[in-house]
Amino acid sequence: MEAAHCQPPPREKWLLTEELVIRPLHSGDIYASFQFRTLWDTDFMRENKVSHYRLFPKSLGQVISKFSVRELHISFTQGYWRTMQWGQPFIPSPPGAELWVWFQDSVTDVDATWKELTNVLSGIFCASLNFIDSTNTVQPSASFKPLGLGNVTDHSFLRYATLPREIVCTENLTPWKKLLPCGSKAGLAVLLKSEKLFHSSFHSQAVHIRSVCQDWQCKTTSWELRQTLNSVFDLHNSGQTKREWSLFKMFSRTLTEACPLASSSKLYIDITDNPQGEQFELSPATSLLSQAVVLGDRRTFSVYDLTQETTFGTVRSLNLLIRWKSNEGEMLRPLLHAERYVAGYGLQTGEIHTLMYNNHPYRSFPVLLLDSVPWYLRLYIHTLSVTSKGKDNKPSYIHYEPSKDRVKPHLLEMLIQLPPNSVTEVTVQFERALLKWTEYPPDPNHGFYVGSSVISSLVPSTVAMHTNSTRERPLFSSFFPCKEESSYFVRIYTEPLLVNLPTPDFSMPYNVICLTCTVVAVGYGSLYNLLTRSFQIEEPNPGLAKRIANVIRRMRGVPPL
Amino acid sequence: MAAPLTLLLIVAVTIRAALFRSSLAELIAERVEVVSPITAWKRVVEGLALLDLGVSPYSGDVFHETPLIIYMFHFLVDYAEITFMTFVFGALCVCICFFFIYLSLMPFQFRKQKFALEADRYPMDSLELIRSPKEMYYVPLKVAMFYLLNPFTILSCVAKSTCGLNNAVLALFFLSTIKGNVLLSAIFLCLATYQSIYPITLCAPAMLYFMQRQYIPVNFHRVSFWWFIVQYLFMYLGSLFVLICLSFFLLGSWDYLPSVYGFILSVPDLTPNIGLFWYFFAEMFEHFRLFFLCVFQINVFFYTIPLSIKLKEHPVFLIFMQLAVISIFKSYPTVGDVALYLAFLPVWSHLHRFLRNIFLVSCVLLACSALFPVLWHLWIYAGSANSNFYYAITLLFNVAQILLVSDYFYAFLRREHHLTNGLYLKRKDGSEATLILK
Repeated sequence: MEAAHCQPPPREKWLLTEELVIRPLHSGDIYASFQFRTLWDTDFMRENKVSHYRLFPKSLGQVISKFSVRELHISFTQGYWRTMQWGQPFIPSPPGAELWVWFQDSVTDVDATWKELTNVLSGIFCASLNFIDSTNTVQPSASFKPLGLGNVTDHSFLRYATLPREIVCTENLTPWKKLLPCGSKAGLAVLLKSEKLFHSSFHSQAVHIRSVCQDWQCKTTSWELRQTLNSVFDLHNSGQTKREWSLFKMFSRTLTEACPLASSSKLYIDITDNPQGEQFELSPATSLLSQAVVLGDRRTFSVYDLTQETTFGTVRSLNLLIRWKSNEGEMLRPLLHAERYVAGYGLQTGEIHTLMYNNHPYRSFPVLLLDSVPWYLRLYIHTLSVTSKGKDNKPSYIHYEPSKDRVKPHLLEMLIQLPPNSVTEVTVQFERALLKWTEYPPDPNHGFYVGSSVISSLVPSTVAMHTNSTRERPLFSSFFPCKEESSYFVRIYTEPLLVNLPTPDFSMPYNVICLTCTVVAVGYGSLYNLLTRSFQIEEPNPGLAKRIANVIRRMRGVPPL
Repeated sequence: MAAPLTLLLIVAVTIRAALFRSSLAELIAERVEVVSPITAWKRVVEGLALLDLGVSPYSGDVFHETPLIIYMFHFLVDYAEITFMTFVFGALCVCICFFFIYLSLMPFQFRKQKFALEADRYPMDSLELIRSPKEMYYVPLKVAMFYLLNPFTILSCVAKSTCGLNNAVLALFFLSTIKGNVLLSAIFLCLATYQSIYPITLCAPAMLYFMQRQYIPVNFHRVSFWWFIVQYLFMYLGSLFVLICLSFFLLGSWDYLPSVYGFILSVPDLTPNIGLFWYFFAEMFEHFRLFFLCVFQINVFFYTIPLSIKLKEHPVFLIFMQLAVISIFKSYPTVGDVALYLAFLPVWSHLHRFLRNIFLVSCVLLACSALFPVLWHLWIYAGSANSNFYYAITLLFNVAQILLVSDYFYAFLRREHHLTNGLYLKRKDGSEATLILK
């Protein structure tokens, strides 16, 4: 058994680590999380432009230097993470696309830079990120602190946007795979085939770029690029009868070799619920075991080191097989989870309810709730109510930025203390706006999406967490920085909402203009008549014969009849 | 006169108090016909809540009231009962103003008629058209009844719409104009303009009334005419300037100007109401939006000069016409605005013999008022109708209002014609003549 802590290897200029964590879930589904990390000692911000890219993708390097990015986090997710059935994910992400960026202090016009950045990323990832504009971008004031280096207090350099309607497909996976140093030719990335990946209940691919310290004193820094891909495969959807998972069943591929450029390539299976092997058995068996503290819990993993030839055996391919023997076991309830829904009826008003569950038996902890609601749902902040266990629970910090029509969305951030073992309900009323007929999407009766709420919290942990971020640790346990020992950082996303707005009749613009102008003309005409004409006695109109006779008489010079 | 008026006041207060305490109050406060994005009470509360949170109410797009309203309700909102009383008294103010208006107006009118009769300007057979004090005795009570017991006013008051405040200020302006107090008239008109821009058109009838009262001839070549206009405008613009500066000092910024006046003029919020703007601009082609916006806004102000020229000897009727034009063509009308000019109708009850369409108009107005909530429910809640149904009723309602106003104008002009030319007109050959507009 190898202990998890060992001396870090001497730092090279480039370092690539890849890992795959497979965690069987209690409902029979299986959770696979890929992480590819490239560390690079360089300074993008210096005067001479960086020109020699080896492991770091050039497109992202140029993005960082051109737009003076300090941190960039972008994720594309298909499906919603079910916390109650699946536990907490290693890397949380909301449905649709999410992008948040910290810019360097040297940027003068952050909004213009943000606009250009979203368009460039839209091209790199083949996604419609160009729909990100001022109407769905917010500047959170307390959430989304930098995950990398830097003590920052100026939130004017932070931008956050989500596109809940964004669909993820093979077109987005392909450019994402191209960013990997080995591409999809060697190493763990050979498993990433779209026909199986998109046949899952949950699929999320993300890119995270940040600066990290290289050593404990943080004398030098390096840039870290993490590409993560999380998938949850459904037991019944894949047409299986008995509970058995293998790499081939999940990805329709097996592993043949590690990426030659990687210094470490590992496959972790979570066997914490299976200490003596009574629940399931792994084949081929491995003697390597690892323990890691992740998500406030000490978990045990079986490790397959792909850089060793012996892992692949005589057939030179690794097809990991997990066969279940018994179906018992209780899943630990996650300490924090949330739900959100729209209440009310009709197309005039409504209410947004957010429920946050604190399942810890005796500890209470604060959560930071971030809500970004589009401008066409007009929130009434005086109707905001936060109740826990039936009693009023006043937030200790409220930051509210009201929306401006067609310019910016609502931003509501609150710090709420969740009492132990309770449900906290946050409700706020809104009014639905009638938009101009050109502002509706092609299918207006589908509804409008409201992005997920973000709940960030430091949840009390049962196990002491390690605060030294430069220790050698598996990637999945080192994503969120850990500042204190007794709690770990958790970010959960609620469901996006789908809200209907009243629609005008789209076939009627010309008719409406004509009819309304007619009514105005009726008013104008009546008043014009009354203003310009005066009353006169009506002379009866002579008959046609008399009129013709009068015309002839006038020509003759004789007085008329 | 005092006893029936007191009884009327008690009945009005009772109805409003009963409705305030019932569950209907919340329902009425949400009706789009009664409240608009400018006048809704919910938005006033929202603005005050934003102020408490430390955010300027004008940084968002929910609050469109003037800073003086914030200032006033900042202290009053805590005292809900007093707020309620304020609104009821706002309504009472109006009717009391009208009452005093008629007490002061009547002697002036009678004097005018007496002089005209004595000067032989009116032919003898138009004697029956002259109004006598006896028939005008009950006009103030009727006006009070028309305003206080009008369902539109009751709904507007129960919804706590700030339209009631606007109506009260306009009524005070009217009272001070009739009483002859130039300064107060300018100040109240300035307050009304400050709250919603459109009452600026009432400057013209106010000036005409004062000039008539002070015997200044309305002649472009006379210095006294221009001197009076300069005086009035100086008082009006001076008080407007003072109000705007006071509003700046309340919150320390000019943010309220685009939020209040920019909002009224550029109509960004397309919430349905009883007016013509919302659906028109919801279905407008983007290219023409600015053009039609200008056309519709000019339409409100444009009738001032022609009407003033035609009605320069009848400034009171001119005020009625202007109020009606504002209520029909303003950007966010509500039934409270309609109720204001409807309250004037008993004053012109002597015109009923010349009205041509009154039956049709009243039927259409009643039917539309009944259909508004029905079709709203069908569109928004039942989902079985669409926006066109509600829009159609809006069109009908506005056509009926236009017909009503032009009918009264026709009747007024016709009576004036008969007063000078005699009531029973004969043609050259002696047969009975018909009168047409030519």
